[in-house]
Amino acid sequence: MGSIRGSSCGPPREITLVIESPPSEGIAKLHQERLSHLQALEAESLYILREAVAEFARPVMLYSIGKDSSVMLRLAQKAFYPGKIPFPLLHIDTSYKFPEMITFRDTYTKEIGADLIVHRNEAAIADGASPWKLGTQNCCGALKTRSLLDALEAGGFDAAFGGARRDEEKSRAKERVYSFRDAAGQWDPKNQRPELWSLYNSRLRKGESIRVFPLSNWTELDIWLYLYAEQIPIVPLYYAEERLAVIRGGAITLVYEGMRLLPEEKPELMKVRMRSLGCAPCTGAIRSDAETLPQIIEELIGFRRSEREGRAIDHDEEGSMELKKREGYF
Amino acid sequence: MSTLPLVVDSPGEQRFRAFLDSHLEQEMLRFTTAGSVDDGKSTLIGRLLHDTKSVYEDQLASIRASRVNRSGGVMDLSLLTDGLKAEREQGITIDVAYRYFSTTKRKFIIADTPGHEQYTRNMATGASTADVAIVLIDAKAFMKLGQLLPQSRRHTYIASLLRIPHVVAAVNKMDIVDYSEDVFDRICAEFTELAKQLGLKSVEVIPVSALVGDNVVERSAAMDWYAGPSLLEYLETVPLTISEAAAGPLRFPVQLVVRPNAEFRGFAGRVERGELHPGMRVRALPSGRVTTVKKIVTYDGELQVASFPLSVTVELEDEIDLSRGEMLVAETQTAPQVSTAFRAMVVWMHEQPLVAGQTYLAKHTTRTVRATVRRIRYGVDIQSTEHRESSQLQMNDIAEVEFDTSLPLFFDAYTENREMGALILIDAVTNATVGAGMILAAVAAREANASPAKGAAFIWLRGLPDAAVAMCETLRAQGRAAVIVDDPLIPEGSLAGAVRALQLADVTAISARSELGETTIAALREAAGEAYFEAMDEAFSWLGSSMEEEK
Repeated sequence: MGSIRGSSCGPPREITLVIESPPSEGIAKLHQERLSHLQALEAESLYILREAVAEFARPVMLYSIGKDSSVMLRLAQKAFYPGKIPFPLLHIDTSYKFPEMITFRDTYTKEIGADLIVHRNEAAIADGASPWKLGTQNCCGALKTRSLLDALEAGGFDAAFGGARRDEEKSRAKERVYSFRDAAGQWDPKNQRPELWSLYNSRLRKGESIRVFPLSNWTELDIWLYLYAEQIPIVPLYYAEERLAVIRGGAITLVYEGMRLLPEEKPELMKVRMRSLGCAPCTGAIRSDAETLPQIIEELIGFRRSEREGRAIDHDEEGSMELKKREGYF
Repeated sequence: MSTLPLVVDSPGEQRFRAFLDSHLEQEMLRFTTAGSVDDGKSTLIGRLLHDTKSVYEDQLASIRASRVNRSGGVMDLSLLTDGLKAEREQGITIDVAYRYFSTTKRKFIIADTPGHEQYTRNMATGASTADVAIVLIDAKAFMKLGQLLPQSRRHTYIASLLRIPHVVAAVNKMDIVDYSEDVFDRICAEFTELAKQLGLKSVEVIPVSALVGDNVVERSAAMDWYAGPSLLEYLETVPLTISEAAAGPLRFPVQLVVRPNAEFRGFAGRVERGELHPGMRVRALPSGRVTTVKKIVTYDGELQVASFPLSVTVELEDEIDLSRGEMLVAETQTAPQVSTAFRAMVVWMHEQPLVAGQTYLAKHTTRTVRATVRRIRYGVDIQSTEHRESSQLQMNDIAEVEFDTSLPLFFDAYTENREMGALILIDAVTNATVGAGMILAAVAAREANASPAKGAAFIWLRGLPDAAVAMCETLRAQGRAAVIVDDPLIPEGSLAGAVRALQLADVTAISARSELGETTIAALREAAGEAYFEAMDEAFSWLGSSMEEEK
């Protein structure tokens, strides 16, 4: 079953052979007598996805093309099987995404027959919004947060699924599965609804919305293990390869088309991979030899740095993620 | 999995695959921690994360460099868990935070909750999903007071109220009491007695020092008199309750109907208890129709058995009427209670108090109904766990309450089945989650054909049309007549007259007009008399008391 799904957008051919080794029957059949943590997590996520689809008028799934989105998308396929995914996917395109991401997005969503909406803040892009001009905070504000809020409003969506996990960052540890946003799309950490058992409160007034996080209880390791167990294709940038890059501000930055190099920067070939996918100028790569999912997992277990470390935006100020979330960022 | 052909390269790769497979088989355990500001709870969790190597280097570097260090040690491990900005500054944890770590045996989810009395609701939230509760006991404070602190009693009571299967007391700060066996024995005896009183079934007591690390991950050399497990060893081996849930009678609440084409109609849901098999005879509630399970459908193929907590889709042999909020149970097993009236333990979570006569939305399994408070039977003193008189519930209060619902619920007692006995209460106007309920049992329903309620009011919810609609619906659900008088055909000058006529017919009038002139207001006051209200809670309590009088 993995051959069709794995081939079109998976890693290069010889690597594909390795990840296509078992388990090939999916998580549900792995263990009948005993519940593994991935089975428990999957069951919980399917329950959340179904609750939201049953109770909201117009849900949408935020699709970032990253590994977490890939897992979330597979869970959506499972939750409504044999039906199709009953909501559109929304990608907020900042115009700074790696070209491999866009190719993967278009091929994969078409392959699984998902309905994809791409939204860009064209006004800000035409205005030359960039991290160099605005700083990372303001650039994210214009191209991600503003753009997202506009797209949600334009679509009339009352619920948006996001792939955020509570283990990613300290302020996310307190995030609810159903995260309430006021009519301006903002998050008030002091005014979140209590969440008990798996009884989620979906009641809204006009203009209010809820971000639903089906992967709340997954960790980065769980995501990789699930990608492996389920043979889910991901953007090849996650796999180590010789790539042209420069060291900028201590971070390994991939060289991409249209990039303005500083005079002293000399691109060189380095064996690197991305641990987290964001915008090309603001997402650092890491040196790695991991060319397969098992190798990535092996590397991760020995890993002692958090995955968001490569993201410029989290390090601007202590508590910066909390500030962004209050404004409406995912 | 081992029966499948493997593509194996090197012995190294082979070893790693074995390791991977063991990771895929890890079980998952959820536990909650309750402790007050000085109990060392954040330090204990920080220690668990640190000693199981679950903390990343950049995170450690950031707490080393932090301006804040309250621990007196090299670095303040409690900073690993204090999330939000306000909390870091005040040095307290005010919400439930979730943490994750794993060992080779299990993946753990920690619901980290504050322990102060004013955060009872947060503790209940963290406890609602937990398999294990860790109650922190400060050995130094015990010595000073000569008995368990009220907060330790409170935390243990909440663990018993929310039916957490296992409770472990971590006796902390053993380093400060010179690792004294005598101190530990006294605490152990008192805690064991308390656990017995509360009817806890699985209890363990472990002496630890979170600051130094004794008995948290590694067994301590400083307490050779203690032969039991370290806290982590306990968490890695305590039995899970999965098999128990699979053994019970089937409960399958329908979440939604999956209907991709004319040929297929499936019912998606989570098996909350028991097991489903193809060929099994099942009864649909509330219709009572009996049919047979045809297939259990999943993306990964059909299943021959599905048990708690798997999310599956069920295809039935016959086309029966079944939708969200309804349930499948086994034809021959014990049926759930079906009733429009029940009593439940309630933890109140909102500033607006709960009073008799109020109506809320109750969400129970996948079913949402209107639930009216018939009466508060008694409140619980959270310090002594004794019963007391209670006329209303303030935030963080706990009480036994009787409810009447607009439609029947299908439930089991919370003590038998957490998923089938739990409900949340939602304010129909503000949509806030205001309370959590744990059903005890059904009670006799009200007389079905009781005469409609008397007493009508005029209620002006200035500029709040949504609230007016919700109020109107709530009153109707209680069997009262109510109308909204904001039709443009009723000009302001005629409003008082209309309200007077409605009053005579025992119909409550509700307006959400944003403005009314002074003369109109005066006329309305005259028309409605003492039943003129501009606040919803006042109107509800007046209507509630007029209902009591009729009985």
